[in-house]
Amino acid sequence: MSTASPGTLLICEHCDTVYRRRTLERGEVARCACCLAELERHQPLGVNALLALVLTAMIVFVQANMWPIVTLGLNGQYSGTTLWGMIIAMWQQQAQVVSVLAAVTLFFFPLTKMLVLGWLLWFARAGRRAPGFVRLMVVLHHVGPWTMSEVFVLGALVAIVKAHTYFDVVADPGIYAYAALTLLITIFAGVDLRQLWDLTREDPA
Amino acid sequence: MSAFPRAAELGLIGCHVCGLTCRSGPGDEYLEGGHMVCPRCGSALHRRKPNSFVRTWALLITGFLLYIPANVLPIMRTASLNDIDDNTIISGVVELWVKGSPDLAVIVFTASIVVPMLKFLSMGTLLLSSQRGSDWARPQRAKLYRLVEFIGYWSMLDVFVVALLTALVRFGLLSLVEPLPGVIFFGLTVVLTMLASMSFDPRLIWDGRDTDD
Repeated sequence: MSTASPGTLLICEHCDTVYRRRTLERGEVARCACCLAELERHQPLGVNALLALVLTAMIVFVQANMWPIVTLGLNGQYSGTTLWGMIIAMWQQQAQVVSVLAAVTLFFFPLTKMLVLGWLLWFARAGRRAPGFVRLMVVLHHVGPWTMSEVFVLGALVAIVKAHTYFDVVADPGIYAYAALTLLITIFAGVDLRQLWDLTREDPA
Repeated sequence: MSAFPRAAELGLIGCHVCGLTCRSGPGDEYLEGGHMVCPRCGSALHRRKPNSFVRTWALLITGFLLYIPANVLPIMRTASLNDIDDNTIISGVVELWVKGSPDLAVIVFTASIVVPMLKFLSMGTLLLSSQRGSDWARPQRAKLYRLVEFIGYWSMLDVFVVALLTALVRFGLLSLVEPLPGVIFFGLTVVLTMLASMSFDPRLIWDGRDTDD
């Protein structure tokens, strides 16, 4: 083992078992023989494809935030809201904690993730490391578990069904943008962003 | 007991953040300010997450304590002309069930009751068994941990439902929805249990197995 360079070894994060890394074929997933956790999976999407998806996600994200999500009607009165309308309403209703949670998990962190990823991928196309690469990769790692747009989509569905008993419900474009965003998030769930470490080289200074 | 080589035994450390395999011999080249630092991403290197048991217990217990008011206190008030109705998490689930959406009722029940309870029970079990170095059902416990990590954040569902309804149902005297303190406690419970599962080190499940050779 002393001859193997650390780059060719892979350590299972869930049980500390050490493996020799090998190239995966399309569709292959490497699992830990000890604890069965996923070690690595073949990454079918190249840098260009990932960048295209991030750009798409950005466009959809802008739409999901600008357009109203749903409108309720009651006796000819109508009331709709956007994501930020919701965040502000919670703040005004003495639920600032919830307001901040929603702003962070549904707006600021997803936005950070997309901007950072777009920036890193843009440079990675040429095999280069973007300015601030190391720090941004660490940011990306920490922000990851705290983005919750897909939970919000299910929440919106539940809210619509609850409101449907008492009000006329009109689905607005925002909800479709959110549905599209969920689809993109699902695709990204299988993407291992750590591959960027291997795909890029430091600029010779 | 098994032939799997473990990083700690080979003098290797995997970086939590970037996944790089680092050597951790006595001649540490990555020493910086007394602790080891990943040469690639600069994050602190640990063989195991620091104070994993204590931190996880603290976060889990706090989360559980907040989960009590989250369930007892109402999370949402619906007010109309002649009627004020305070909903708890459970009464919201019952209402969905009765009003004809049993499928969604099951989803909300799962996200708000089953998942948090599963987290408290699972994390408690994982902590106790790992602290004892027990070799009972290790693969299953490892799987349980991954499940808890994967589903944890879906509990935020009810919080978003209340937030969205608050923003939407604003018809003055006719009909109004307001958030009540229960929803704040619930939001905090979700955050704390997420932090708890993150501070638990699943490798602890497998530690202590060398003694049973």
